[in-house]
Formats: sequence, C-alpha cells, structure tokens
Amino acid sequence: MDITFLLNGETVELEGVSPTATLLDWLREERHLRGTKEGCNEGDCGACTVMVSDADGARALNSCILFLPQLHGKAIRTVEGVGEADGSLHPVQDAMIEHHGSQCGFCTPGFIMSMTAAHANGATDHDTQLAGNLCRCTGYAPIIRAAEACEDKPVPTWVNNDCAFVLPKATEVAEDGPAHAPTSSDELAAVYAANPDATIIAGATDVGLWVTKQLRDLNSVIFLNRCDDLKDVEVTETNVRFGAMVDMNTVGDTLSDLHPSYAEMVRRYASVQVRHAATIGGNIANGSPIGDNPPALIALGATLHLRKGDTRRDMPLEDFFIDYGKQDRQPGEFVEAVSFPRQPDTLKCYKLSKRFDQDISAVCGCFNITVADGIVTNARIAFGGMAGIPKRATAVEAALIGQPWTVATITAAKAKFDADFTPLTDMRASAEYRLETARALLERYFAESQGQTTNVLEVSA
Amino acid sequence: MSVTKPLPHDAARLHVTGTARYVDDIPTPAGSLHLAFGQSPIAKGRITAMNLDAVKAAPGVVAVMVADDLPFANDVSPSIHDEPLLSDGTVNYVGQPVFLVIAESHLAARKAARLGQIDYAEETPLLTVDEALAADSRFEEGPRIYEKGDAEAAIDAAPRQIEATFEIGGQEHFYLEGQAAMAVPNEGGDMLVHSSTQHPTEIQHKVAEALGVPMHAVRVETRRMGGGFGGKESQGNALAVSCAVAARLTGRACKMRYDRDDDMVITGKRHEFRISYRVGFDDDGRVQGVSFKHYTRCGWAQDLSLPVADRAMLHSDNAYLLPNARIESHRLKTNTQSATAYRGFGGPQGMVGIERVMDHIAHDLGLDPVEVRKRNYYAAKADAAPQGDNSTPYGMQVEDFELHGMTERLLETSNYAARKAAIEKWNAENPIVKKGIAFAPVKFGISFTLTHLNQAGALVHVYQDGSVHLNHGGTEMGQGLFQKVAQVAASRFGIPLELVKITATDTAKVPNTSATAASSGSDLNGMAVKAACDTIRDRMAEFLAERHQAEVSDVTFSDGSVEVGEAHYTFQEAAAMAYQGRISLSATGFYKTPKIEWDRIKGQGRPFFYFAYGASITEVAIDTLTGENRILRTDILHDAGASLNPALDIGQVEGGYVQGAGWLTTEELVWDDQGRLRTHAPSTYKIPACSDRPDVFNVALWDEQNREDTIYRSKAVGEPPFMLGISAWLALSNAVAACGDAYPAIDAPATAEEVWAGVRRVRDGI
Repeated sequence: MDITFLLNGETVELEGVSPTATLLDWLREERHLRGTKEGCNEGDCGACTVMVSDADGARALNSCILFLPQLHGKAIRTVEGVGEADGSLHPVQDAMIEHHGSQCGFCTPGFIMSMTAAHANGATDHDTQLAGNLCRCTGYAPIIRAAEACEDKPVPTWVNNDCAFVLPKATEVAEDGPAHAPTSSDELAAVYAANPDATIIAGATDVGLWVTKQLRDLNSVIFLNRCDDLKDVEVTETNVRFGAMVDMNTVGDTLSDLHPSYAEMVRRYASVQVRHAATIGGNIANGSPIGDNPPALIALGATLHLRKGDTRRDMPLEDFFIDYGKQDRQPGEFVEAVSFPRQPDTLKCYKLSKRFDQDISAVCGCFNITVADGIVTNARIAFGGMAGIPKRATAVEAALIGQPWTVATITAAKAKFDADFTPLTDMRASAEYRLETARALLERYFAESQGQTTNVLEVSA
Repeated sequence: MSVTKPLPHDAARLHVTGTARYVDDIPTPAGSLHLAFGQSPIAKGRITAMNLDAVKAAPGVVAVMVADDLPFANDVSPSIHDEPLLSDGTVNYVGQPVFLVIAESHLAARKAARLGQIDYAEETPLLTVDEALAADSRFEEGPRIYEKGDAEAAIDAAPRQIEATFEIGGQEHFYLEGQAAMAVPNEGGDMLVHSSTQHPTEIQHKVAEALGVPMHAVRVETRRMGGGFGGKESQGNALAVSCAVAARLTGRACKMRYDRDDDMVITGKRHEFRISYRVGFDDDGRVQGVSFKHYTRCGWAQDLSLPVADRAMLHSDNAYLLPNARIESHRLKTNTQSATAYRGFGGPQGMVGIERVMDHIAHDLGLDPVEVRKRNYYAAKADAAPQGDNSTPYGMQVEDFELHGMTERLLETSNYAARKAAIEKWNAENPIVKKGIAFAPVKFGISFTLTHLNQAGALVHVYQDGSVHLNHGGTEMGQGLFQKVAQVAASRFGIPLELVKITATDTAKVPNTSATAASSGSDLNGMAVKAACDTIRDRMAEFLAERHQAEVSDVTFSDGSVEVGEAHYTFQEAAAMAYQGRISLSATGFYKTPKIEWDRIKGQGRPFFYFAYGASITEVAIDTLTGENRILRTDILHDAGASLNPALDIGQVEGGYVQGAGWLTTEELVWDDQGRLRTHAPSTYKIPACSDRPDVFNVALWDEQNREDTIYRSKAVGEPPFMLGISAWLALSNAVAACGDAYPAIDAPATAEEVWAGVRRVRDGI
C-alpha cells in the first residue's frame, strides 16, 4: 500500500508497504529511529509508545501493534522528536531528569511519549495516563513526581502543528490486491461482501498479536480506520448508539455521566494507549469470553447492528454469542454499531483481575437491577469470564425479580449462580474463585445500595 | 566533593531523549544475521527424530544448527557444565533450546524456528516440589544443614510451639529490555561480543569455550542493560554463545534477542520455596528455638541454585538473635526453567520464612507484632548481647546492628501506634473492607558468599587535557553504579564530574571481573577506582612536590585545582605538566573485600563484610468479598550508610520496595500440568503498574555511616530494599486476621484470590 504521514514534523511518503508491517519495526529497522523500544511486542508494556495526532487531538499509542496503513494521514511523534530543534528538551524530559524518573532507561522513551501526550491534553490523572507503561526499576514514584512537576509548563507549538496536519493532496491509499482501506461503511460493506475471507482490522489491538505473536500471514485485510461514519456516537433522549469504530476512550468519556460505573470499568480496561486504538465493535466482534464491554452492554439491554452488503439486521447482543469462538455473524457481515436504551442508571460493573489497571478480567460482573418500592422490578445481570461467552445470569435474575430487596433475597439469589455458570480454572483464577466471587459481587451490589464501603480503590490511609 | 551529591543518573539525558543505546540499538554491520531458538514443547523426554527441512527451506534462513554442529563446548552453564546450549538429545523443560535458526531477519528467524518437526519419546516430568521429593530428585547429595545449638530440644522445651508450612512463589525478572547479544567476527578468529549482561567475564569465558579459543580472543562490551535484577547474571550466556558460534560459522555479524514470550518461557526466574517451620517460644514471644525446612524448586540445571539456596539459609534469622536454630535446605531438581539469580538471591525467601514465624508468634500470643520483633532483635553489638552471644545461625557475630534506632525512628515518623488504633476502629465499623498494617525489618548480608568473587579491578586514564577516562568491572543496569563510581573518581581528583568520562564495561580493559551482583557493584568497583585514581594522584603529587620543593602531603586536589604551597594550578594544567614531565597518567586499581571467610558446607564463618539494614511499615486495604487489595501507605527508613548519592539510593529503595511487594502480591507464575508456563507475557504476568505503588510513600535514609571501612563509608543498596516489600505481605495477613480468630496463613503471592481464600479460612473456617 502507499501511505503518507508526518513523522516528527517531516512528511513521509511510503510506497508498497506491507499491510501488516508494524510502525515499531519500521521506525527501528527502516528509519533507524531506535529510541522507541520493543518491550513486549503485544501492547502491554508501553515501551514502544508514540504520540499520534490528527484533527481529533493527540493520543498515545503502542507502535508495536500499529500497522503502517493505520497511520495514513496522521502525524507521528517519537521520542526523538519531542525536544526543540535548538536541543532544549520538552518539559516532561526535563522533569524526568530532575526527579530521577529513569533508572535503566529502557521504558523511559515510552513514558516520555505517554507523558507528552497527557501534557498536551492537560490530563493530570497520571496513574491512569501511565497505566499502560510498565517500569521495573523506579517503583513509579519519581515518574509521578515528574509528571506533576510539569503540569503547568507550556505545551510546545509543534503539538498544534501535528494536530493541524492534513495530507498535502487528497492522497488516496493505493490498494494492493489483498489490502483494502474503504472510506465509508458503504464501501466497507461492498468490499467485505466481495472478500468475505478478509481479516477486518479496526484498532489492531487483537489482530496485531496475530501478527507479532502468532506470526500469522494475513492474506487479505480490510482496514477500517478511514471509515469515519463508523466512528459516530449518538446520544439521544431515548438511545445511545456507538458506531463500531468508536474507540474505547471515547466510549468511556461518553458514559462518564450516563453510567459512571461502566466508565470506571473502561478506565481499567487495558490502558490509555490500547483504549485509543481498541474499538467497541472489535471488542464485540471478536467474541472473547473475557471482553469487558459485552457483559456491561448486555446488562444495559443492548442491541447489536450487523450489516452485510446492503442488508442490515439487529439482534439482542447476548444472542450474538453462540458458543466459544462462535458468533452469529455470516461471511461478509460486520458489526456496524451497538446501541442501548437511555435508562436511569442502576448499572454497576465489577471487574476482578490480579492487577487493577491494565489487566484482563478474571471475572467481569455487570448488574443492572431496578428496585421500586422495595421490590426488584427488573434485573439484567451478565458476566464475562464465567463461561465460553459473555453470558446472562438468567437464573439469578429470576430469583431477584419480584422479590423484596433484602438480604434474604440476595442470599437466595446467590445460590442460583450454579445454575447459570460452570466457570473454568486458568492462570487468572480458579473456577471456585470465579463462582464464589460472582456470588459475592451480587452481595457487593446490595451492600453498595445500603451505603456500605465496598471498594478498596475508594479507601485511603 | 562529588560524592554524597544527589546527582541524576549519568545517562538520564540519554534516557529521556531515546539516545541511550542498548544492544539492539547498536548499528549492525551490513549483512548481519539474526537468530532464534527452536524450543522443546515438552517438559521431559528424548529426541527420537528431527526433521528440520522446513526450517532450512523457510524464507530468509541461512543456516540451522543443532548440538552436533557446535564446534567445541555445548554448554552455557555458569556452574557445573550441565546446561547444553542446544539439546544433547534429551529435553528437560518446556522451552529448552533444541536448534538454532540463523536468518536474514529477526522475524524470519522467529517464523522458521516454529517449523521444526521433532519426535520425542516423552517421559513423565517432575514439575512440583512434591514430585521432586518423591523421586529424590535434587542437586547435591542431600539437604544442606546449618545449625546453632540444639533447635529441636529448645523447641520442645519452650512454653509454646507452633508449626506450619507455606509456599512462596517465584518471580519473573521482567527486565524491560529482553535478553540480547550481538557477535561481530574480527580478524584472526577473534570475536567482539555486545551483550546485555551483568557478567561480561562469564560471557567471555563461555564464548571462548564454545569457540575453542583462549579468553584473550574474545572481547565483551556492555554499556548498559535495560534492567537486570539478577536475570542477566547467567541467562545471557545462551544468546552470546549462539551469536558467537553463528558468527564463526557464517563469517557475518549475528544478533539475537528474545521475543518477550520466548524470554519468559526460556529463562530462569526467582526460586520458588516451600518453607516448613517449627518454633518454640516463651509467653513474651521470645524465640527459644526454630527449625526451618526449605524446599527449593531449582529447575532442570544447577545454574546458581546452590548459592541461592545457601543465601536463603543465611537469611533465615533476618534481624533476630535465635538462641537455637536449624535450617535444612533441599535443592530440588525439576523439569522447569532453571531458576536463577534474582535480586536478593534467596535472601528474600529466607527472610519471608522468619518474618512469617514472627507474625505467627505475635498472632498466637495476641501481641503487637512489632513488639515481638523487637524482643527478638540482635543486640546492637556483641558485647551488649546476653552472654556476649550475638551470633547468627552460621556463627557470625553481628557487630553493626542498626535496627533498634531505626525501628524507633520509623515507628515515630510513621505514627504507627495511632494508625494501628485507627485501623482497629475502622475494622470494627466496616464489615466488608478491612485494613491491615505491618512492620518488617531487613538485615541483609553484603558480600558474595563465594569468597573469591569479592574482588574488583579498575582502569583510569588521565589525559593531558585533564579529562579522565574511567573504566571498571561493574555493569550498569539502571542502578546508577556508573554515576556513583564516577563521583568517587571526581572526588579523588577533586574535579567536576564533567571531566570524568564513563565508559562501557569491557573485558579488554579490566579482566577477570565478577558479576555485578550481590549488591556489590559500588562497594567493590568504587574501591578499585579509588585505588587507581589515588595511584595517579600520588604520582602527580610527587611530581609537583618535587618541582616545588614541597612535601607530597602538601599537594592538594580540590574544586578543580591542584595546590602546591603557594602555587595554584587547574587540574588540567597539572595534568599537562605531569604529561610533559613524563609521568604515567594511567593506572589500574584493585580491591578485595577484607575480613571475610566462609565454609558453606559447615555453614560456619563470616560470609559477610557487613549488613545493610532497612525497616518498612505498610498499610493496606482488602475487600473481604473478592480479596481485591491495595497498598495505601508505606513508610521506609533505609540504611545506605553514608550515601554516595542519596537520590540514586532512594531510587533503589522505592523501586526495590515496589518490586518486592509485587513479588508477594500480584506476580503469580502459573504452570500447567504439562509443565508449560501459562504466564509468559505481561498480559498474564502482572508486575506492579503505576497505581500499585503506595498512595502515600515516605522514604528516608538512615543517617549513620557504615561501621566498616567501605567506599566513603557507604553501604550497598541494590538488593536490601527489595525485602522491604515483605511488610506489604504481612499487612495483608494482618487485614485478613481482622476477619476472625484463626491465623490467616497466607501463601505468597497474596493475589486477590489468595487473600479471598485467607478470609474464608479465618472467617468461615473453609
């Protein structure tokens, strides 16, 4: 494919790039920019973080699982490009030196880029902004001191220049035979219907690993990054609708007022870098039993919108997941959007994992329970990590609906989890832990409704 | 003076601009090749057939090597030649290198390495402690035993006894820079090796063996590592040797770096331990006798397991004067990765053992655990001890015990008593979220227990313009060793640090070096550099004294100047004059640690020059419904002696604590019943992330100098702070204990699931 982007202020035109060449490999091997590091090659350590900007602003992204075609029309900054031409450093670089924020230094370029992006955006929730950057030496304390120290320092002018970058001419992505880059959902529908065996690449946070870890050769690919009409968010009086290409940070931002517990779960979903790339459509379409969006959306009564060619169909989201690795999606059919009705917020999302930030859920329990006049009038409860698919707890729901909102009801309903789930033991948790904490999460929901302290994240010394 | 200043890391500017160069960043010569291992998919068996045709035919593959293709030694073991680079026909763990792919690119090598068709006659692997014990599969002929007094009799005679068994998990190093090496063939069969290693001399040694050449034909250079933590003491051998043999075969430069998953699957980790203890104590909590059994899972090859297990035994006392003690150590051979050095080198596991005992005693008696610990502390000096005995279980008198003062200071600055009361109140009022708090001391022995390793060399040049070239045998892995040692050099010459050039570790400049390990880097290399600098300085002083008809002792070097009586020169002028006066401005320096002697078989002697101390208090919160838990606050007082660089030392303390806490909380290694490591990437193996550090994190350095004559009376600081993290684990136990009467008996790591299980044990008796 032929693509054009801005790299550290300089326009780069590439011809005939392999669709699955990663930005990291290109930077290091072709461009000889070796400041950006490979730490894990799967988007979990952040050593490869770069800043990517466009009209929507500046974002930190993991370059190890970014394919070059995803960068067409973007402005890329690497650690080599954040300082000024006169050799003076970016404020976060100065602060990292002054506060002893580097030891071995290998993670440092990635931290610098995440901090530079956060600084450009005025973000001061440093723990969240840096959750996707692992450091094994410092214990993070000096890095946070550095981040705090430069909060009020001016943003370099090049940040605006990067965001203002537009392609010098209306460059079309020259498509090689097996690589497609449609620019609208209509084009996508046509291309995919004609190439139903192609691999769809949205954010590449999962497909990226097929390439970097499974070493798969993807014969035919369709990039969705230029389908702007799949990035729409609609919030109306009655409905919330996310296009399939809405990234997870946008999902979190959109839900922060409507369903703050869901938004808080999204804050802990992967990392800033991954959430900038990952899409809600991808998280649904790949059918993972441990994706965090499906249980929350199922609890909200979401509808999935599928499209194949010019044919569209809708289904309750839970019906999409048939069995492990099997979804109700036909060849050439893709996820166009997901929507759910506006409703009073009674949703709580509980994500259990070994580490709070940037970890895959052992159990993700989402509870949407309506109580009126002391009686449970409705309950939608769904779990990830408890079965081969994201799955509703229908027996538990049945044990709750129509019952008084009391300890006795909770106790009775807790016993019903066995009817809904037979979880597995794996490296994240034992089957027993999963089943017993699933019960406990219902108890947590009840305790929260009674005003009890239940969340260690909200407790201080 | 340059020493004692809180200067930034010497490479800080290079780090933040991405210009610090690691092995994989070094520009490769044209035609360089890249390597990857084909690995064993099974834990134990024999190779019955090997078809590598598809590997050889894969795109970009230049050559494929198996054991028979190796020209000389097929061994990368750092100890007893039991670790073939490539399988000798048997395989002993999942991930063991079987064949070596040499290809035009890293990706081509990785892809081809998966195409081997190998048949195995599978055998039943020994994966667990129990399986190894049942098969009597072990290193050394039987358990090592260190004894002081008659522990069993003392335990039996004591008013109270406790016994229990618990598990301590291993730990993946997770250095951010994976293992990497590059070999460049030089003329006449010589080899230049760049290696991300803590032990360039060992790389040189193993490469020379593999090439069948003297060590003088191999030069190893290491500018820096992207983290080491012990994981690059021996684990880099396989890559460097592979690169060297492949470079010799092809005549082209060869580079090898492990993909992260390969790195985690192939390389060794911290040793897992099972510890059984039996302790007898009085009603005040004073230990009368304690007996430990250590069951150490060493993996398939010996590597450094013997000294690791020894050091665990040597820290089974931690800070406590044990009148009678017995430590029995079983070094078990299993079909898993060969466990290796990791920060603390067994010390942390031994220390967790005795801290668990103290915690258990305090719980049994209903006493404050801090009080129980203080009652069992060593005396400040031997002559203050009861009957003058202040000896460790291995017969060394403790003469520098700092913890009495440190403990009192920390209890005060952390407001321990009031917070403990507040936590009790919280726990009474909150049924779901419980809090816990715990104190843990650290006493860590400084010196290699293999006594001959306690030596170091340095090479210093002063150029005629007064600039200084500094080299020594230590390696830089982020700890700031190079900067500390440069500060020493600048101080000896009385010059600004900018005049001192720090250079890569190089086996051609300083030979026969020890690994940068055992926290010894600045102690050993600082002293060697001091000796070299003083040699040059003395020559310059002698020359200038003669010229000015003054006494040598009247020549002073400070603030960038050299004073001789009334005469005043800049250091640059003095260097130029000395050069013109035909004075040698280059010198080597050498140091060997005094006072140490050690018999590891008897378990008697003085293995350590001195001890480094630390104390920490951690407060945590747990969710009793799910076991989720978090560190709320940590207070630390750490003993770095007279710190060479307080900023770098505090960096070691903060980072060590978080890494130690990670080991004991979220970092869980999981193998399946086939011996496959299931947690082989950061997606599944969870080191602490940013928000896992304590919300409130107060770190201070103790203000006493080292009582022994170390470099500027400083103390080693690499490993000791790691063990401060034990207080996080104890605090979790304390929080769980708030759920009922039973002792929590928490294993390590205390994951959310382990804490949850502890709550159920304590609260529900499940």
